[in-house]
Amino acid sequence: MTGQPLVRARGLRVSFISREATVTAVNGIDLDLDEGEVLCILGESGSGKSVTLRALLRLNPKGKTVMTGALAVAGHDIMTIPDGRLSAVRGKVVSMIFQEPMTALDPVFTIGYQIAETLIRHEGISRREADRRALELLELVQIPSARRRLGAYPHELSGGLRQRAMIAMAISCRPKLLLADEPTTALDATVQIQILLLLRSLQQELGMGVIFVTHDLGVAGEIADRIAVMYAGRIVELGSTVDVMRQPFHPYTQGLMGATVHSGTRGKRLTTIPGAPPDLRFPFEGCAFAPRCSHASDACRESMPAFRHPGPGRAVRCIRVEDAEIKHSPKRVSAMA
Amino acid sequence: MLFYIVRRVVYVIPIALAVSLVCFLLVHIAPGDPIDAMVQPDTPQEVIDRVRSEYGLDRPLPVQFGLWLAKLVQGDFGTSLIKGRPVLPDLVSASGATFVLACTGGLLGVLAGCILGGIAGVYRESWLDRVLLGTAVAGVSVPHYWLGMVMVIIFSVNLNLLPAMGSGPGGSTAWAWDWAHLRYLILPSVTLAVIPAGIVTRTVRGLVSDIISQDYITTLRGKGLRRAGIVRHVVLNAAPTVLAVVGLQLANLMGGSILVETVFAWPGTGMMLNTAIFQRDLPVLQATTLLLALFFVVLNLVVDLIQTAIDPRISRR
Repeated sequence: MTGQPLVRARGLRVSFISREATVTAVNGIDLDLDEGEVLCILGESGSGKSVTLRALLRLNPKGKTVMTGALAVAGHDIMTIPDGRLSAVRGKVVSMIFQEPMTALDPVFTIGYQIAETLIRHEGISRREADRRALELLELVQIPSARRRLGAYPHELSGGLRQRAMIAMAISCRPKLLLADEPTTALDATVQIQILLLLRSLQQELGMGVIFVTHDLGVAGEIADRIAVMYAGRIVELGSTVDVMRQPFHPYTQGLMGATVHSGTRGKRLTTIPGAPPDLRFPFEGCAFAPRCSHASDACRESMPAFRHPGPGRAVRCIRVEDAEIKHSPKRVSAMA
Repeated sequence: MLFYIVRRVVYVIPIALAVSLVCFLLVHIAPGDPIDAMVQPDTPQEVIDRVRSEYGLDRPLPVQFGLWLAKLVQGDFGTSLIKGRPVLPDLVSASGATFVLACTGGLLGVLAGCILGGIAGVYRESWLDRVLLGTAVAGVSVPHYWLGMVMVIIFSVNLNLLPAMGSGPGGSTAWAWDWAHLRYLILPSVTLAVIPAGIVTRTVRGLVSDIISQDYITTLRGKGLRRAGIVRHVVLNAAPTVLAVVGLQLANLMGGSILVETVFAWPGTGMMLNTAIFQRDLPVLQATTLLLALFFVVLNLVVDLIQTAIDPRISRR
């Protein structure tokens, strides 16, 4: 697996099929993630970011979801791997934490049981040994009086502690890749920071690759090496966190920046992006952001803009952006072409 | 936890008292004079009055209730007006017969309901789900005395496979778990199982389809649990609600088998109650009704306690 990226997606499409309509939530995504790298997928509700994340583990509802394209995660072809072997990858090599730890933990089992269960499944250890490891994990995620908390039910813990328990469960088998679906959104601002710091220190300690989905620019800046901005099921801008935050190219990214409180907006009025995201039940041609974009021209509405590369490791789907003269990292750019 | 159990058990006492009062009053509110059923129409008035006072039926109602209750506590359920002998032994043997029938029918119904409901819940909105749900609705809607008669016509009269009446060879009422007796159990218990099967199917279907769309099931799939491991979580999440429904159904079966017991001449409390109603046998009526009502109360208590043991959210104070 060395030399191969941890995640490699090419033209990944995810559609949900129902009797009324077909919604293409993810519409052709190319994505690479190296081992130990932290990528943030940024986007508003309905941009397809959570669906993308779930697609990496084929967790979208079976029978209603159609996935096409190529997708390899940790050397496994997620498109073709049979369910039985996929379940050995889930939780062991790749694991996931969710937005709302109250509903994502089973209410009638103790925290300790739910952690031990994962360990028993993947490591084939005894119940006693699993309980001991569960205790270590709770200590690792800094849950106070961990021994007592092992026997606690989810409703007996605060939101922050629940999320810590969820993280303990996710890292229990030392995964290579952690998928985090807005893990701080449901928490208080002070607790958010604590969880972010915890995730970052765990990521460095365990050397995990992390894909972090959020709509919060601040969170993205705090934890990510790279940022991918999603809009209407497509990645519209990709680059290192520093670059994207300092100089966003896509009008949508610029709009997000203008609508968020950060050091760059100090002293300025916050702006909003007019309009609403497109209805994904109806196919559209051209740039999906064009109806909301103040710079949109007829060319924008004709066809979906291809990626332009304004700098090393950067890619933007906007016709107003010029390709840079400089030679940029060939690996990532060929991936985006 | 212990405190909760004790408190819950203590609650049963006032409930039981209220239940016995209602049972007692119901019989007295009902029209018809029990003495009329016992004596010849041309009996002189003074004889009627003497019989009435012998049974204590001329006393004021509160006194009658007090006396009845005092005797009940001592294990005296009264004396049958028709048979002239204590109610208790008959009631015990009838309860035994009903218990056998209700448990078998209940078990069949719950088993079928859980399996069919589980399948329908997992494959919700599929044609299989529609068929199962339709069957369940039909099962709940079919009058079971009618179903009983149809089964008798098919399996006893036309096919001559199973006996139509009674609970044992030669009209014996002593029960035994052998084939000679079991043959008699099949038709009534299957008939009795149909309604609880339908109700449990619908309950389980709703619960399962709700539970498997919960976030925590996605978490379980996401951490790589096998199907059996996930089923364990679904079962434990569904169990408290299913138990509540099953408990009520079982209590219903203990009492609600009146019609089925009558159709199949099964010598249980249902048939005893039916006979007592037609004969205006007050003490039998009161004792049987009370027993069935108390059975409801106790079963509810048991269900409550089991639920508490399974679901930590109900009470751990």
